[in-house]
Amino acid sequence: MCDTCGCGDPEIVSVELHDRILSGNERTAAHNREHFAAHGVAAINLMGSPGAGKTAVLEATARRLGGWQRVGALAGDLATEHDADRLRKAGIAARSITTGSACHLDAQMVHHALHHFPWRDLDYLFIENVGNLVCPAVYDLGQDVNVVALSVTEGEDKPLKYPVMFRKADLVLITKVDLLPHLPGIRVDALVDALDRVMPRPRYIGISATTGVGIESWVEWLATYRKKSAAVAASIAP
Amino acid sequence: MHEYSIVQSLVDRVDAEVKSRGATTVHRLSIRIGELSGVDPELLMTAYETFRDRTVCERAELDLTIVAARWTCERCGRRIEPGSLLKCEICDRPAILAEGDEIILDRIEMEVP
Repeated sequence: MCDTCGCGDPEIVSVELHDRILSGNERTAAHNREHFAAHGVAAINLMGSPGAGKTAVLEATARRLGGWQRVGALAGDLATEHDADRLRKAGIAARSITTGSACHLDAQMVHHALHHFPWRDLDYLFIENVGNLVCPAVYDLGQDVNVVALSVTEGEDKPLKYPVMFRKADLVLITKVDLLPHLPGIRVDALVDALDRVMPRPRYIGISATTGVGIESWVEWLATYRKKSAAVAASIAP
Repeated sequence: MHEYSIVQSLVDRVDAEVKSRGATTVHRLSIRIGELSGVDPELLMTAYETFRDRTVCERAELDLTIVAARWTCERCGRRIEPGSLLKCEICDRPAILAEGDEIILDRIEMEVP
């Protein structure tokens, strides 16, 4: 009620909030992150275009790590179980997160999937995001690191066109490098220059899931993050 | 097109605020969107216009402020132009994004009885 003149009109108030609109997602992501840290699980959010080779990278990673590291994956997919099926065939525990029409995973979808997936004993949990260079970059899932797969066939200017995605990347896997001899128009130095203009701490590894080039460097890079996760888990253990 | 889910989060946030204050009508929302936030302002406006019907925001105008990306040296604070190498030429240190990744609800103007 307007108190000034007693006219009975309602009062319009301006409420200052300065709140992050996605704070709900960020709270759930923080909750996921606490879970991962408490169990020493290194969680990797793997993003990239449809067809960039995300699933192929995970298959090659599973083959390389299988037997001596416990690897699991959640595979975001609009409509199918194909990626999770491929990953299970490669020998790792995998569960699909079917998003329907949603173009990205969010922290709640990951949290829900964790309730139906034996993730606590894993060394590495890969979260394969929906194939898309835009939307997944906006949503924190609770991961330790963001990795973006970018195939050489996509063109060297992709980082400049999708700066938000590449800014968030801790590592870019330049995939399908075995195809470079067939792509005379693609210059890797131009691709790397584009990454240097959108990533403040540019890190990239050229990789081929077919020939195995770069897989060792990728696994070593993963191991450094795994050690960090294990150290965090040890520091908060009761 | 994640702008619809951003609008859903926005409307949910406004709804919670309206309920906690016993407001009747929301007149205006002011939001801030960074150039490197990953949110497209035009798509967000379209999503808002489509989505606000029959919600607490039905009669609320949306004021949207775009925040340009501002990169600075993490050590000396010198400005680094977007599009250039994201490293300070003097300190050889990586740039940090000082501004430009905001997705923020600043203000709600609402009617309270």
